[in-house]
Amino acid sequence: MNEPTVDLELARAHGLEPEEYDRIVAMLGRTPTYTELGIFSVMWSEHCSYKNSIALLKTFPKEGEHLLVEAGEENAGLVDIGDGLAVAFKIESHNHPSAVEPYQGAATGVGGILRDIFTMGARPIAALNSLRFGSLDDPRVRYLFKGVVKGIADYGNCFGVPTIGGEVYFDESYEGNPLVNCMAVGLVKHERVASAIASHPGSSVILIGSATGRDGIHGATFASTEIDDESSDQRPQVQVGDPFTEKLLLEATLEIIKEDLIVGIQDMGAAGITCSSSEMAAKGGCGITIDIEKVPLREDRMTPYEILLSESQERMLVVAQSGQEQRIRDICRKWDLHAEIIGAVSAKPNITIQMNGSTVADINAESLVLGGGAPVYHRETRVPEYIDRHRAFEPENLPCPQDLSRALLDLLSSPNIASKQWVYQQYDHMVRSNTMVLPGADAGVVRIKGTDKALALSTDCNGKYVYLNPRTGGKIAVAEAARNVVCCGAVPVAITNCLNFGNPYKPEIYWQFSEAVAGIGEACRVLNTPVTGGNVSFYNENPKGAVYPTPVIGMLGIVESLEHVTTSWFKRPGDVLVLLGRSGGHVGGSEYLKIQFDLLTGDCPPIDLPYEKRLQSLVLQGIRAGFVNSAHDLSEGGLAVALAESCFTGRDQLGVDCAFEFSGRADFSLFGEDQSRILVSVEPDKLEEILNQAASYDVGSQVIGTVTDNGRILVEGVIDIPVSKAAQAYNCALAKKMEVR
Amino acid sequence: MKFGVVVFPGSNCDHDCFYALKTACHQDVRFIWHKDHNLGDVDAVILPGGFSYGDYLRTGAVARFSPVMDAVVDFANHGGIVVGICNGFQILCETGLLPGALMRNKDLRFVCKFCHLRVENFDTVFSNQCLQGKVLNIPVAHAEGLYYATDDVLAELNKQNGVLFRYCDKDGTLSDDSNPNGSLQNIAGIMNREGNVMGMMPHPDRCFEKLLTSSDGVSIFNSMVQNGGIN
Repeated sequence: MNEPTVDLELARAHGLEPEEYDRIVAMLGRTPTYTELGIFSVMWSEHCSYKNSIALLKTFPKEGEHLLVEAGEENAGLVDIGDGLAVAFKIESHNHPSAVEPYQGAATGVGGILRDIFTMGARPIAALNSLRFGSLDDPRVRYLFKGVVKGIADYGNCFGVPTIGGEVYFDESYEGNPLVNCMAVGLVKHERVASAIASHPGSSVILIGSATGRDGIHGATFASTEIDDESSDQRPQVQVGDPFTEKLLLEATLEIIKEDLIVGIQDMGAAGITCSSSEMAAKGGCGITIDIEKVPLREDRMTPYEILLSESQERMLVVAQSGQEQRIRDICRKWDLHAEIIGAVSAKPNITIQMNGSTVADINAESLVLGGGAPVYHRETRVPEYIDRHRAFEPENLPCPQDLSRALLDLLSSPNIASKQWVYQQYDHMVRSNTMVLPGADAGVVRIKGTDKALALSTDCNGKYVYLNPRTGGKIAVAEAARNVVCCGAVPVAITNCLNFGNPYKPEIYWQFSEAVAGIGEACRVLNTPVTGGNVSFYNENPKGAVYPTPVIGMLGIVESLEHVTTSWFKRPGDVLVLLGRSGGHVGGSEYLKIQFDLLTGDCPPIDLPYEKRLQSLVLQGIRAGFVNSAHDLSEGGLAVALAESCFTGRDQLGVDCAFEFSGRADFSLFGEDQSRILVSVEPDKLEEILNQAASYDVGSQVIGTVTDNGRILVEGVIDIPVSKAAQAYNCALAKKMEVR
Repeated sequence: MKFGVVVFPGSNCDHDCFYALKTACHQDVRFIWHKDHNLGDVDAVILPGGFSYGDYLRTGAVARFSPVMDAVVDFANHGGIVVGICNGFQILCETGLLPGALMRNKDLRFVCKFCHLRVENFDTVFSNQCLQGKVLNIPVAHAEGLYYATDDVLAELNKQNGVLFRYCDKDGTLSDDSNPNGSLQNIAGIMNREGNVMGMMPHPDRCFEKLLTSSDGVSIFNSMVQNGGIN
C-alpha cells in the first residue's frame, strides 16, 4: 500500500493546526500513521470535537426534573413525559452539504437526525426543520430552496415520519450559505432506552445496515471550513441518502433493542466507523478492535483510511450481548440488511484497526473524543463595529406610509411572513395518524397514543435580532419558541439548539457566539427549559461575509390533556379580542422596516424574561380553565399580521372589528415587534375573568375588538381590507415567487 | 370481521390502518408479512400506504412481485375484499386488479393536504355507510396520484359506476382547483367490476377521530364492516 508520508504539512492539509499535530505526536509518543492522521483530523474537527464551543456550551443549564440523560451524554436529549414514556429529541445542521448539493445535503440531514433518535430506542414520531436562504429573487437561491425542500420531503416521507412544523426565512445574508437544520423527535418506553456504549470486553461489534462506500469521506472536515468558490469541488464529500434502507434499519434496530440483545448501539454519521467506535469505547472505558477487511463494501479496493472515514449513510454499530449475535443477524436478515461482526470490545482502552492481521491504527479512544483528549479552545472576542452604528438609528425620522392597509398586505406577502404551504404540503405531515395541529400554526402538535397527552413542538430564531443584539436575540429565540408551544396549550419543558455562526477564529463572530450562548442560557434558566443537547455549526460564511448569527431553538412542550390543545385562528364571531402583554411600538430589526424601508437596523426589541414567564403562565392557565378560544403569539409583522393570520388560517374565514388607542405612531403600533405579547379570543362572558387573571399575574391586557363574520379586517381609522384579499396575499406569495422562470 | 394489513418493506401506513380498524371500528386486525404466501383466515385485505421497496422504480412496480401478492390476487379473484390505499392503490393498478395507472402529480410535487371527496356510488361494499349528500374530508399524501386511464377504460368505469370518489370543493362541485394531482375526471378512488376490489389515493386511515381534524374515514371502514355483517 502506497501511503503518503505523514508530516506537519500533511496534517495541515487535513485541517489540523500545528499545535494540534504536536499534541497528537506527543499523545502517541510517535508519528501517527496515515490512517491515524485521518482519524485524528475528523475526530478533532470542529464538527466532531466542538473544540471552539464546548467551553461556552458548558454554561447552559442542563438539569431539570424531567431530564433522563445529561446534554452530550447520548445521541439526543431524553425527557420523561410520564406514563412510563420518554421523548428523545435533537436538532442538527446540514448547512455545508446543502450549499453544494441541496437535495442530498438536506435529505441526509434528515436521515442523520432520525438515526440519532432511533439509536436510542425511540421511534421517530415527528420531524421539524429550520431553514434559511438568500433572496428568492436569485435563481440559484430558488434552486437551493427547491432542492432542500424536496430533499427533506423525499427522505422524511419515504421513511414515514410526519414533518409537522418548522420555519423558513429569506435574507441576503444567507446567500451561498443556506442553513438547513433538521430536528427529530422520538418516543420510547423507559425500559427500552438504549445507550451508545461499548463495554464487556470480548463482546462482538456488529456493523448493520448499508455497505460502506467512498461517499462523504471527510464530510466532517468539510463542514469545518468556510464555503468559497471552490466549495462545489467538494460535492463528492456530500453523502447520498437512501430513506428506504433507513426505514428498514429503524425497524430492525427497534426490534433488536426490544428483544434486549445488545450492550450498546451508536449510529454512524459524521466520521463514520471512526466516530461511533471511539465514542462508544470512550464512554465504556474500553477499547474496540476492528478487522477492517470484514466491513461490507460497495466499492473495490478501498483503503483502511477510506473505510474508517466514509460517511456512507444508514449504518449502525452494535455491541452485542454475548451469545446474541445470531439473533441479531436473523433480525437483520428479516429486514434484508447486512449484519457483519467486524470486531470486538477489548479491555485495552484503544481503538485498534487491523487489516489482514497487521495493525494500521492504534489510538487511545479517550484521546480522540470530546471531553477526553480533543482540544478545547477559548477564543478571542471583540464587539463588532456595526453594533453602535445600528443602535444609533432613530426610527421616528422615517416617513409614515399613507396607506397602512397596503403596508399590511405587503407584509403578508413577504416570504418571511407569508404562508409556507408551498413548503409543508410537500412534507407528509400526517403519517402515523397523530397530528392534531397541522403545519402553519404557532407549533405542531402530535398526540401520544394510549395517553391523554400530546407534544407541542416548534423551532425558532430571528437571525436579524441576533445580529443586532446577540444576547437579547438569543433570549428572544428561547422565549418565542416557548410562547409558541404555550399558545398550543403546552408547558415548555426543554430545548435542543442548533447554533449557526460564522468563523469562530474571527473575534467579532466569537463575540456574537458567546453573547448568544449567554442569552440562551439565561432565558432557559428563567423559563425553566433546560438544554438537552444540540449542535454547533461554525464557518457559515460566503465570500461576502458571515450569515446572521442564527441560534435555532427547538422547543419541546407537553400538553397535559388533549382538551388543552389550542390553535391560533379565531373560532366564532362575537368573541372578544384581548391583547396580553405590553406594547411599545418597537420597530428595530422588524420585518416592517425591511419590507417598507429596506432597512435592517436599530436594536432588537427588549425582553423582560420574568414578565415573559408570567405571560406564559397566564395564557396556559386561561387555556386550562377553558377561557381561551384562540391564542396567537405576536412575532414578525406585529399585531396587524397576527390579527390577519388569525382571521384566515382556520377552516372558515372570519373578520375582525378593532379600535384602540395608539401610544405613538400608528404604523409602529400595528407592525412593531415588541416581545411577550399573545393575542387571545374569548367568549364575552369570560372576558372579565381573563382580565382579572391578567391583573393577578401582573401582565398587561387590552381589549382591542371583536371577531366578526362580515369578512373584513378593520382597525378603526387605519386598516380596512377584505379578509379574502389578505388571505390571497398571504397564501399565494411563496408559490408566486417560485413560479418565476 | 377479520382484517389483514399487508406489511411490505417500506410500508408506513400499516400501523395507521391497524390502529384505525382496531380503535375506531373495533375490528379484529392482524399484519400479514410480505414474504408470506398465505393470508390466513381474513375476510378483507388492506394494502397500506408507504413506499414499498422504496418505490425507486415506478410506484408499486416491485411490490407487485412480492411473494404475498400471488395470494392477494388469488383472494381477490375468489371474491375476497381487497382495499388499496395510496401506495396500495398503486400496487393494485400494477397487478391489474384495478384498471388504469397512477402517474406523477401534475405539478410534479408531493402533496399532503386535506381534500374534499364526493361519493359517486353509495351502493358498494366500501361506501354503503357514507351519508347521501355529505362531502367527505379526507387527506391525501402522495407524489404519484394522478389517475390515468384510456378513454375506453374511463367510459367502462363510469358505465359500471366503478368510480367511487372524486375530488371536489367543499360543497361537492368538481373543479380543477379541488383536484390535488390532475387526476382525469377528478378520480380519487375506483372499484373493480365485481365490486370487491377498491383503490383510493386519499387516506381514510388518517382521519378516524375528531382530534385528527376529520373522522370521515370511519364511514369507509364501517361500510366494509357493515357488509361483512350482512354476509
